[in-house]
Amino acid sequence: MYYLFDGTYLGFLSCVFESFERKESNIIPLMQEDYQIALFSETRTIVTDNRKALRVQKGLQARVGKVEAMDFYRAFLSEDRKAWLASFFIVCQIFSGRADIRQDYGDEHVLYFSQILKKVSRERHRMKAFIRFSKSSDGLFFALVEPDFNVLPLISDFFRKRYADMPWLIYDMKRKYGLLFDTRQVGEVQLSPEEVQDATMPSIAIEMDERDELFQRLWKQYYTSTNIEARKNMKLHLQHVPRRYWKYLVEKK
Amino acid sequence: MQRIEEKLKILADAAKYDVSCSSSGSTRKNNGGIGDASTSGICHTYTEDGRCVSLLKILLTNHCIYDCAFCVSRKSNDVKRAAFTVEEVVDLTMNFYRRNYIEGLFLSSGIFKDADFTMERMLRIVKKLRQEERYNGYIHLKTIPGASEELIKDAGLYVDRMSINLELPTEAGLKLVAPEKDHESVKKPLAFVNEQMESFKEEKKLIKHTPVFVPAGQSTQMVIGATPENDFEIMQVADDFYKNYKLKRVYYSGYIPINNENSLLPQIGSAPPLVRENRLYQTDWLLRFYGFRLDEILNPQHMHLDLDIDPKLSWALRNPHFFPVDVNTADFNAIIRIPGIGRQSALKIVHARKFGGLYTYQLQKMGIAYNRAKYFLQCVDTPFRLGNPSMEHVRSAILSESNSGNRRQAVTGQLTLF
Repeated sequence: MYYLFDGTYLGFLSCVFESFERKESNIIPLMQEDYQIALFSETRTIVTDNRKALRVQKGLQARVGKVEAMDFYRAFLSEDRKAWLASFFIVCQIFSGRADIRQDYGDEHVLYFSQILKKVSRERHRMKAFIRFSKSSDGLFFALVEPDFNVLPLISDFFRKRYADMPWLIYDMKRKYGLLFDTRQVGEVQLSPEEVQDATMPSIAIEMDERDELFQRLWKQYYTSTNIEARKNMKLHLQHVPRRYWKYLVEKK
Repeated sequence: MQRIEEKLKILADAAKYDVSCSSSGSTRKNNGGIGDASTSGICHTYTEDGRCVSLLKILLTNHCIYDCAFCVSRKSNDVKRAAFTVEEVVDLTMNFYRRNYIEGLFLSSGIFKDADFTMERMLRIVKKLRQEERYNGYIHLKTIPGASEELIKDAGLYVDRMSINLELPTEAGLKLVAPEKDHESVKKPLAFVNEQMESFKEEKKLIKHTPVFVPAGQSTQMVIGATPENDFEIMQVADDFYKNYKLKRVYYSGYIPINNENSLLPQIGSAPPLVRENRLYQTDWLLRFYGFRLDEILNPQHMHLDLDIDPKLSWALRNPHFFPVDVNTADFNAIIRIPGIGRQSALKIVHARKFGGLYTYQLQKMGIAYNRAKYFLQCVDTPFRLGNPSMEHVRSAILSESNSGNRRQAVTGQLTLF
């Protein structure tokens, strides 16, 4: 049976709760927008209930520990439906008494779950590496990104701790929201379409810091000079910096 | 006066032959300023040669009083010279760092006037970053051979990693191309910094507020293929340095010809020994993470690494009595010795088999290189074999299966060196 929820993690956890309460098994969790996939099947719409979701979260933490419980949130951020299904299966197994199921790599769901976790963690790491800030004349450091997965929630702490003395904005162009740090705390922001337009052409809209262009140029210079021509290896290069990231990388633009 | 762009061009170009760009191993926290160290390190971009760019790697100056034949900044070389001011390096580092271009600074230098004068100038940069800019990001500082112990000790309190390059793997090799240098002047400061690290660690056990001293440890680099050392000699030196000075890394840098005046060195135009370099790193990994002893891989009977196959496979082919290993019962340390199975996969196998015997299709999905591993392992559905296949046969089967077209080419490219 298909469970349709609102696409939030709390909604996902609510699905787990409902499946146990209703004693329904073989559940496939989907977002309401995915409905056409489930067009001719039996479906149930699950209303997100924070109280129920938190009970599931607490229960998970009690059974597998806080760190491992967090893995289900990470895997959820992949937005991958197959990963959601694998997650759902594993969570249900844990609540049925198999707390050690995560080590059963011979199982298809478990293996897939561990692979997707790895992918999410790689994307998170890439964002820590590939984000490039530009400085505007009012001192805001801003960066645009289009990560494969919804990893902004996973990098917020990292950037808050590292760039603690300057205001910054990291905006996900694909998912249309961003993280804004005002030197005290990080908040989620959504820009209007006009503002996004401005941000993609900062030279017109946002007045840049007078030295920003200089440092972009110097960075490109450094990037070229530090390359060793005799060792050229484009295959390896592309493996490390896939083309889809070039758009926002100063040195590859 | 030169523009900053030109200086950056000259001094980044001169620094790039130092291959270390690691930014890992430090746990420095941001205490009220900007920046911190990421324990795992972060590569912010990669150059077209496929190397990671993690740090702003520059020389303070490429003026140098020495004339080492393998070095691009040697005194007799006709290249443009430049020198950064302290302020310029600090300004570049801070502005690159705030834009998230880099993980930190890698500062090296040619020797101008004398060792202490150079070291003192580098130290000023480091101190300015830490004290005035309140910068807590990563700093890798080259120790200048011959600098006073006071200066080295002082620097250790501000930086994350220090390194000194051995340059050539053996003293004899070094004497051929850099008669003014010797290995002793590298060993002494490495030993000194190591002693300091140990004593700071001891002190930390007693007094909690002991400052950190070179938290990411020390490393060194050897140039490969410039002088005629064999792989056994090279790895013996590396093994010694890991043991004696507790180095975090030894880097192997395939020599890139930059000098046509010295007939002892490979001439400009010959290809750098990239495959050999790769095999040395693989050996290094086997020693540090796979529980191999050096004499199992290289010894007086086998002084050269096989360029066609990796050193683990090469060891396996020489030791057929060790195989097949049954992945359902064997120890983790035996499983990681199977060619085509790494530590991560081995860990998965050891966990997964608790839930029932593993079959071929499960192993294949776990991400092991099954086509290589199949000759050396056993699982539930491995067909019964009468006797063992000859290792000569296994070797040729693996070689023909892997599309080694590129590799073959690279090998011929390298052979022209000799």
